[in-house]
Amino acid sequence: MVPLWMYLAVAAALFSIGVFGVLARRNAVAILMSVELMLNAVNINLVAFWRYSETGTDLLLNGYVFTAFVLIVAAAEAAVGLAIIITVYRNRRSVVPEEARALKG
Amino acid sequence: MELNAISIGFVVFTVFTLGGALGVVATRNLFQGTIWLMVSLFGVAGYFVLLSAPFLAAVQILVYIGAIAILITFAVMLTRSIALIKARYIRTLPNFIASLTLFLILLLGVTIPIFGPHSPESIPEYVASTRDLGAALVDENGYVLPFLLASVLLTAAMIGAIFIARDETT
Amino acid sequence: MEELCTGLCSILVESGAEAGLALFLSLLVGVLLVSGVPLITVILLIWIERKVAARIQDRIGPNRVGPVGLLQTIADMIKLLSKEDITPTAADRILYNAAPLVSFASVVLLWAVIPFTPFHYGVDLEIGALYFVAIASFGTLAIMAAGWASNNKYALLGAFRVVALLVSYEVPLVFALLVPVLLAGSMSLVDIVNAQNGMWFVVLSPLAFVIFYISSQAETGRAPFDLIEAESELVAGFNIEYSGMKFGMFFAAEFLHVFTNGIIMAILFFGGWMGPLYYESPLIAFVWLGAKGGLIYLTTLWLRNTVPRLRIDQIMAFNWKFLVPLSIANLIVVSFVLKALQELELAPRDLLNAGFGELLPTTAILLLFNGAMIFYLLGILRKRGREARRESQAARAEFAQTAHVGGH
Repeated sequence: MVPLWMYLAVAAALFSIGVFGVLARRNAVAILMSVELMLNAVNINLVAFWRYSETGTDLLLNGYVFTAFVLIVAAAEAAVGLAIIITVYRNRRSVVPEEARALKG
Repeated sequence: MELNAISIGFVVFTVFTLGGALGVVATRNLFQGTIWLMVSLFGVAGYFVLLSAPFLAAVQILVYIGAIAILITFAVMLTRSIALIKARYIRTLPNFIASLTLFLILLLGVTIPIFGPHSPESIPEYVASTRDLGAALVDENGYVLPFLLASVLLTAAMIGAIFIARDETT
Repeated sequence: MEELCTGLCSILVESGAEAGLALFLSLLVGVLLVSGVPLITVILLIWIERKVAARIQDRIGPNRVGPVGLLQTIADMIKLLSKEDITPTAADRILYNAAPLVSFASVVLLWAVIPFTPFHYGVDLEIGALYFVAIASFGTLAIMAAGWASNNKYALLGAFRVVALLVSYEVPLVFALLVPVLLAGSMSLVDIVNAQNGMWFVVLSPLAFVIFYISSQAETGRAPFDLIEAESELVAGFNIEYSGMKFGMFFAAEFLHVFTNGIIMAILFFGGWMGPLYYESPLIAFVWLGAKGGLIYLTTLWLRNTVPRLRIDQIMAFNWKFLVPLSIANLIVVSFVLKALQELELAPRDLLNAGFGELLPTTAILLLFNGAMIFYLLGILRKRGREARRESQAARAEFAQTAHVGGH
């Protein structure tokens, strides 16, 4: 059997890679992709904790259901995020988030 | 960790997941980045299979490869300014150090049992099936309210995305 | 590990083989069989397709290589393999070469869950129907990758066209797929076939079958939805840069996908291996499945060779304004009626063990509701058709009048 901490370590690595992408990438689409990586790192953790937790006779589905909801939120986030990126690109000809500062005082 | 189908699968899917993730942050070409993202998320789906959640694995592939990959590809094509951005990264070194530190802290947290007992020695024998998940999602003592709210969220996101991305000139 | 070792594996262990080796060998044989069936079928399928198309078009079709042209496909394969394998200079090498493989694999992988007989299938996943939809989405990504990696604007435009079509028609496909899942109360394909012991699902919900049939025809890019690769009007589409066997892979994937869809429809709606004497021998069960799948496959060929092509806006309008609302309405009606019947004790709670007699009231009422929906739809279609005809007649009359005035 694969010990629990190995799943958590992989998830930690995936999350850190995602954090680096969000902080360092300049293209908004790349940033969105890195956010997806972070969400998936969380999903690995949730499913791993769900699988390894002792439930006894009572059925605990929290981790399982929560992962499904994270997937739903990820889909919604990608749709709205990409729509915003396309609109910003149409107006400002740029996909660099720092350049979208029309609302800045 | 003894050598069996699950541990081999774990290693393979780790290569997929982390290799794909590195590809996403490293590649200059965003279309290749999308493919790398899909490789990575395919690895995550593999983990779900290993953790006996096949439903999540199938949904993962369906949602990410079937929908989000296509969506990102279209966005990449519609915003063709890859050549306009000279630098791939901003503040590369501090960001790299920050995320490396984060990784080391998280690794310390999951390997050294400072916050409580160490990880369990065995996997529980009984595992909830897809049928249990389906029943829990529509059970009034279960998750029926979050389930309905999620559908509202999806509808709102769909309407919002169409409204935002609509070109008003046409 | 022990529970995996059945059938051939246990025979090997009894004859003195090591347990791990026996398991590996039996799994290898299973994998080879499951993937070998589609690979061998596709050779035959191409011949059948060409023969049927030729007969419909009043030609003879392939008849030179081998008896009645049976070996034509093998000759074509040798030709494709011996052709020069061209990769455009500016192409993305890895993606360009991987795309045909992924495209073909996405079809072959579907065969892993197809139950050939009650006892012979690759694997009985509890999420079989979802697996079918998930794996099919690999094909979409492969087409996108092929179009982009070719570094050709026509290939890219072609890929966009295909992907827009595939993504759109996946929606009614999934909604129609949910009806058998709902009726059987399970996503496992083996359970779905077993649940049709009393009555085929095509009788319970013919509308779901029609929607599934139309959308799978679109998913495979066949007429009347073959705009994605309209040979007679456009350059090839997303696979324009491909040559040799790489083109052959896309080609074979498409042919195999049509047949696979036929088999899937036989499983979901026509009772799979169910038929007289199926429990006598696995071979009879297998023949029943093949015959049903083959018949559905032949009707798709018939459709392909006899209907004209639709414009892209017509394809999209038909999907989003007609097929999607219809499939959602059908799903809602079927689920409500089934639940109401179960509450009224008219339908069995569990279709899995229900006999023919028990299902008669359910069948009659579900069929009644489906018939009412079809009747209503035909009314709408007739009205729309009449309006369209009147408009075109008016336009023609106006044109004739102006031409007449201009002539003088």
